[in-house]
Amino acid sequence: MADLTQLSLTEALQGLQRGDFSSRELTQAYISRIQTLEPVIHAFITLDLEAALSKAVLADRLLSTNEENLPPFTGLPLAIKDVLCLEGVRCTCGSMILENFVPPYTATTVQRLLDAGVIPLGKTNTDEFAMGSSTENSAFGPTHNPWDVDRVPGGSSGGSAAAVAARMTPAALGTDTGGSVRQPCSFCGTTGIKPTYGRTSRYGLVAYGSSLDTVGVITRNVADTALLFQHIAGFDPLDATSAQEPVPTYTLPDSPDLKGLRIGVPEEYFIEGIQPEVEQAVKKAIQHMEGLGARAVPIHLPHTEYALPAYYIIAPAEASANLARYDGVRFGPRIGEGETLWEMFSETRGVLFGAEVKRRIMLGTYALSAGYYEAYYGKAQKVRALIKEDFIEAFKQVDLIAAPVAPSTAFKFGEHANDPLAMYLEDVFTLPASLAGIPGLAFPVGYDKNKLPVGMQLMGPHFSEPLLFNVGHAYQLASNWHKCWPEDELIKNTAFEKKEEIR
Amino acid sequence: MKLSREEVEHIAQLAHLKLSEDEKIQYAEQLSDILEYAARLNELDTEEIPPTARVLDRKLRLRADQSLPGLSTQEVLKNSPESRDGQFKVPPVLGE
Repeated sequence: MADLTQLSLTEALQGLQRGDFSSRELTQAYISRIQTLEPVIHAFITLDLEAALSKAVLADRLLSTNEENLPPFTGLPLAIKDVLCLEGVRCTCGSMILENFVPPYTATTVQRLLDAGVIPLGKTNTDEFAMGSSTENSAFGPTHNPWDVDRVPGGSSGGSAAAVAARMTPAALGTDTGGSVRQPCSFCGTTGIKPTYGRTSRYGLVAYGSSLDTVGVITRNVADTALLFQHIAGFDPLDATSAQEPVPTYTLPDSPDLKGLRIGVPEEYFIEGIQPEVEQAVKKAIQHMEGLGARAVPIHLPHTEYALPAYYIIAPAEASANLARYDGVRFGPRIGEGETLWEMFSETRGVLFGAEVKRRIMLGTYALSAGYYEAYYGKAQKVRALIKEDFIEAFKQVDLIAAPVAPSTAFKFGEHANDPLAMYLEDVFTLPASLAGIPGLAFPVGYDKNKLPVGMQLMGPHFSEPLLFNVGHAYQLASNWHKCWPEDELIKNTAFEKKEEIR
Repeated sequence: MKLSREEVEHIAQLAHLKLSEDEKIQYAEQLSDILEYAARLNELDTEEIPPTARVLDRKLRLRADQSLPGLSTQEVLKNSPESRDGQFKVPPVLGE
């Protein structure tokens, strides 16, 4: 039998439903690949492979009944970022402070996929509490980029993106607070959506920055992203900020026609310091879209440079409040028995939180403390309004905005080890959309000279996911970057050749 | 904006974080750098700008005031390092 891990999510579902192969065969193919590659990639914190195989057997029984109304994803294996709760499977958030936490409930987004028939393979690696851009902040060790194992996969959803890129899973759930779906997609050559704030439920997502946190998906192409996202999006009474807008059916075009589409190209995203190959690849993709009938319109988002300082006040401030609950009382291990309560709190938190988490808690505590609240948090929330206004103004002239996801391709381990600010600068192009709460779709548009993927993001108005999917899919109908995967040199080279032909 | 070692100790105390001497030195430096970077926000005049409370311009909704099933006490206590008689057990709140 052909290697089933080469099938996209959509193709795998068709194969399952046609009976070309069983869920057991598909799941086993992924398990075998995980067993081979996991020692090198380290994409997972917790694997649940035995349970996955038993669920596949059950799924096959359902599939063999040939019933009409089977759940749409019956028998499909999938990976879940380890900040989303799945009842009965430990959820660590990449932190020692939740090392042994086994959630007694399931996140809404995960539950919707379980109801749709998905089989969880395991929980993927993440920077501790999703704070980071490289997975180097995971207490369980970093994930390695399948394109070059000496480089980071991006973060914080680096485990999910690396697992998809290495074909250890057809797709994965990720989360994006300041770029944590989009940036790893860019570094790993995967496709993923950071949705409109409130479009996906935050219930059961371990909170980091509550006004920014979103749940998204990471897949191999836009069609898979749209299909998977369809089943996690939508109102949830258990999340107070969940949006009540109905979820449209995400239908995709059959042909790559972008006639009439106005694409904004913000000057502020093509700045000095950006890797030239990133700029070239993104600009070529925009030209390619013009070739499909779109019109590129130069625009300005004047407050772009202030997104980074605003985010690194707002997110740590919210984090410092959200992470107050980890105190050695209700979850996790406890350090400092026999002392007073306050000493136990400080010792547990001081010992079990990692360096970056402590840094952000300190930063946030300072920004919210008496005498500084207005100067920092208050000011940042006002600047946030200006950033949001930039986008509202831009969307009067254009339908969506195209920009690079990150200033560079995947960097090497330890490159920003002693300079947190340099690491924060990696997020410079993803933070504005996060602060404005608008959706961003990331997908590959080329490679640098080291054959590392370059990602582009399309940003649109609130709830414009259908448009982003349509345009991204149209581009992928006319290009092959999303068909290039690491490991298999032949596939990679073939795709490179094909791409040359298109040009 | 330069944070002193005393200020770092004060913040750590507010945040209930016990820090080593090395961490205090390191955080004083790193947090100062980050706050200095954040001071760029002051280049913008925001006198007339209301702060963003929510990114979506929609009313928050209220749910009906009805009790719904929740987790059992046993499930809630399951992840705690120490519990007794259906309650979380903690060290003394006050010292000797």
